Amino acid sequence: MTVDATSQPRGAGDSILRDPKVRAVFFQILVIVLFLAFVFYVGNNAAVNLEKRGIASGFGFLSQPAGFGIGIVLLVDYNAQVSTHSDVLLIGVINTMAVATSGIVLATILGFVFGVLRLSNNWIVNKIAMVYIEIVRNIPLLVQLLFWYFAVLSVLPRVKQSINFGDTLFINNRGVSFPSIVPESGFMFVVLAFFAGILGCIFLAKWAHKRQDRTGEQFPVFLTSLGIIVGLPIVASFVLGNPMHLEYSALKGFNFQGGWILEPEFLALLIGLSIYTGAFIAEIVRAGINAVSHGQTEAAGSLGLPSGITMRLVILPQALRVIIPPLTSQYLNLLKNSSLATAIGYADITAIFAGTTLNQTGQAIEVIAITMAFYLSLSLSISMFMNWYNKRIALVER
Amino acid sequence: MKKASFIAVATAATLMAGAATAGTLDDVKAKGFIQCGVTTGLAGFAAPNDKGVWEGFDVDFCRAMSAAIFGDPDKVKYTPTTAKERFTALQSGEIDVLARNTTWTLSRDVNLGFEFIGVNYYDGQGFMVKKSLGVKSATELDGARVCIQSGTTTELNLADYFATKGMKYDSVLFDTSDEVREAYVKDTCDVYTTDQSGLYAQRSVLADPENHVVLPEIISKEPLGPLVRHGDNQWGDIARWTLNALINAEELGITQANVAEMKSSKNPAVARLLGVSGDLGAQLGINASWAADAIGAVGNYGETFEKHLGMGTQLKIERGLNAPWNKGGILYAPPAR
Amino acid sequence: MAIVKTERHPEMPPPVTQTGVIGWLRQNLFSNWLSSVLTIVAIYIAWQAMSSLISYSFINANFVGATKEDCTGTGACWVFIKARFGQNMYGFYPEDERWRVNIGYVLGAVGLFLVLSDTMKSKKLPAIFLFVIYPVICFVLFSGSFGLEVVETSEWGGLFLTLVLASVSIFVALPLGIVLALGRRSEMPVVRMICVGFIELVRGVPLISVLFMASVMLPLFMPEGVHFDKLVRALVGMSLFSAAYMAEVVRGGLQAIPKGQMEAANSLGLGYWQSMGLIILPQALKISIPAIVNTFIGLFKDTTLVSIVGLLDLLSVVKAGTTDKNWLGLATEAYVFVAAMFWVFCFGMSRYSIWLENKLHTGHKR
Repeated sequence: MTVDATSQPRGAGDSILRDPKVRAVFFQILVIVLFLAFVFYVGNNAAVNLEKRGIASGFGFLSQPAGFGIGIVLLVDYNAQVSTHSDVLLIGVINTMAVATSGIVLATILGFVFGVLRLSNNWIVNKIAMVYIEIVRNIPLLVQLLFWYFAVLSVLPRVKQSINFGDTLFINNRGVSFPSIVPESGFMFVVLAFFAGILGCIFLAKWAHKRQDRTGEQFPVFLTSLGIIVGLPIVASFVLGNPMHLEYSALKGFNFQGGWILEPEFLALLIGLSIYTGAFIAEIVRAGINAVSHGQTEAAGSLGLPSGITMRLVILPQALRVIIPPLTSQYLNLLKNSSLATAIGYADITAIFAGTTLNQTGQAIEVIAITMAFYLSLSLSISMFMNWYNKRIALVER
Repeated sequence: MKKASFIAVATAATLMAGAATAGTLDDVKAKGFIQCGVTTGLAGFAAPNDKGVWEGFDVDFCRAMSAAIFGDPDKVKYTPTTAKERFTALQSGEIDVLARNTTWTLSRDVNLGFEFIGVNYYDGQGFMVKKSLGVKSATELDGARVCIQSGTTTELNLADYFATKGMKYDSVLFDTSDEVREAYVKDTCDVYTTDQSGLYAQRSVLADPENHVVLPEIISKEPLGPLVRHGDNQWGDIARWTLNALINAEELGITQANVAEMKSSKNPAVARLLGVSGDLGAQLGINASWAADAIGAVGNYGETFEKHLGMGTQLKIERGLNAPWNKGGILYAPPAR
Repeated sequence: MAIVKTERHPEMPPPVTQTGVIGWLRQNLFSNWLSSVLTIVAIYIAWQAMSSLISYSFINANFVGATKEDCTGTGACWVFIKARFGQNMYGFYPEDERWRVNIGYVLGAVGLFLVLSDTMKSKKLPAIFLFVIYPVICFVLFSGSFGLEVVETSEWGGLFLTLVLASVSIFVALPLGIVLALGRRSEMPVVRMICVGFIELVRGVPLISVLFMASVMLPLFMPEGVHFDKLVRALVGMSLFSAAYMAEVVRGGLQAIPKGQMEAANSLGLGYWQSMGLIILPQALKISIPAIVNTFIGLFKDTTLVSIVGLLDLLSVVKAGTTDKNWLGLATEAYVFVAAMFWVFCFGMSRYSIWLENKLHTGHKR
């Protein structure tokens, strides 16, 4: 609504107050004043209340020792007596990221598989996919999580009766235990070889692309890359005389010790989140593929492209443009939904920082502000990344 | 302008609110009931019965306060609070008194801005395990998975205990005691730890209480008591002396049944407590018969203990430390005079 | 002598392999070997799932009785749900007062029917009833005044509380969302910034943290002596949360309205609010109704999160039942029951939204 008021002739009754520009400025000043008054009012109340109740505010509590144990600790050295609340925050962040990242990967796979199955010509496969989607989407995630944790994972056999796969993999109601890789000296080089392999593949792909542009010859990039990424570390490992060994889990005392253990809390959260979000992604994928006009398939067919290549090079790239924006918001939902961890005892940021730390210190405002800031910044970074990706694959109109 | 009047109203509300902080007692009398914070349900301490009426040891304290102030034990409204919410509920004034087996600690007393008015249950943290594990002592718990309710001193004690014994453990945290119990029953963890009273209470509602054992070790001091907001001494005094009156009543032999006839007792301490002589009620700012009403409503300390927690109940908790000082316990209330 | 056949050859029926049941099977289940393998695997999976589900929840289940002893343990123990049905539906709402809730349900159903169906020519009256009178009636009925016994909100629970949470939140969130959406599209930078800030802040954080904030921090932001009920605090949190999502839905609708509509309204001399209220919003809201219903479904499912801040919604009441000493070990029944209840509501609403979408799009369909 841009009406140029100055060009209109002013009648006798028109005062400066009827000028839309003036009114806009006036209204905005009013809004600012009201907004500031509101912030001041709330802030003042909080300050008065805190002072009256003798609650100290500030972020000093972050450097106080936490003093409580945490169930799942990854990457960080945690000791209840020495570690501080900021370590708790860090562990919460890492645990949230761990479950969100693996959840996003699993949910995407699940979503794409079921999205394609949903479009299958096979009636029964199609219907099974539909039943999965319609059931899962219409039941609250919290109910599903509790179901997985309390009704499915907890009826697995007890520790002493674990399901045993050749003494390496154990499944019981305390989770899944499997051998871990313990690095010895020189293991760094194997890791380096892995990254070098990845780097090499990127260059290989670029070279192959250029060569195809130039000569039209194709190069089996995928298989070669797979060979390089897997082969290089193996070769490096043999050259260095296998600088690692496996550590097997073993039943000691109450539980399995050693090796890697996926706790039931983590598993329940991961399964619940991926199945729930997967159903939404499946619908998005279906809608995206449906949005690509059938003429594209026919055109590709008339060029003689086989159906696999048609899907990969013709349909999916176009469908992705429709899929990416809603997919982004599903990823964000998954991240935010991971906060339901608190209901099933997984030590994510909401459970241990906005839960235990808040209780032990009583610093409600600071703790919740930090938690919200974390989710907000992670959400913003995911959407920025996906926006960038979306722009990259967007239709380039010439 | 509408907006301007909104600001005016808001400002006025702030000013009025500033003036309206006279005292909790006046507020309570004005609204006609006490808002009492209790647990979300812990057998014996506070839990709604089949008809939704709150019952239990902590509930009786609130009822005694109501009787002392209004002469009627039923002028109480209960707010079930989780371990997490309880402190903000009291801080914000949503509840007037928190009677929710809360451990008296320095930081809660000082940093969180509360005033513990006494101890109504001397407790200590213990462990419960399944008998089938064959564990006889807490020192055998190395490597166990422990289920805990989050937001409690339990978490801190547990970490301290295992660290001093040089043992490892794996903790799983839940928000409510029901969830902890469900996880323990489902064998998601080996050990259930909380205050021993809580362990007995939880064991009493298991399907097979006989298959679970509470280990002998007590790893912490847990003096549980009701608390009020810091800064309102009159209200704190009423709460403190209601509790003391119940404890003194047991010592003086006043019971729910004989409280009326004890009013003619020759014992001057009894006469003072029951308001026959002296002006203790007036000093507190409530009725002269406050203590008599409280005892008449819920009985003395020993009676409420036996009624909700004692050997006659499913919990089967012995008096132990919670017996009067002259009967082998450490309950010792200052004299009412 | 003509060997040309003059009469028409009778039409042959299509081969049996192409029509009827066999044709359908060939086309849809066994079109090639991959499809055939898939079909067989799928039938096996479906059969396994269906048969165990049916035998668990119907054939081997127990429906009759009053205690856990009446359950054989071979299948679901629906006796458990039945015995606690009153509590599951109404929470701790006093039994003698539950008729009030039922009256509220009936009035709400009538109001909704009149507004949504086409039986009434003018929807003005039913709309006024549903959006103005009905909330007042419900407030009086449910919480009690004018001679009705007062029922504390801490006694509200079960499905009743879930419905209250969902409907009050949507009732508050919709107008708030419209205002925020208009603010986000405003040409005044300050207004736009505040609205964008609010919407993106709320959409960037999980509902749990908003609920925590509402239950833990709200009391600190209020002046001394002003307290909100626990339910009101949860409602504030849920309403603000869904308002932000609603704002984005409405914004989508607003963006779909061609610019010419606003220009036309302006050229008729209508001011901002007049053109918004009479021209733009009616069109924008109409096309965003399906999306609004979808947001409502999300909101309805999200009400389960209030169990984390200690309210006794359907999920927590049923779950609390599983910790009752007389009914231990029935967690699966509890979750299946809650899941089924939510499924019925949400699936129904999603079908309604699809139906509505088709109905509203008739004009543009090719």
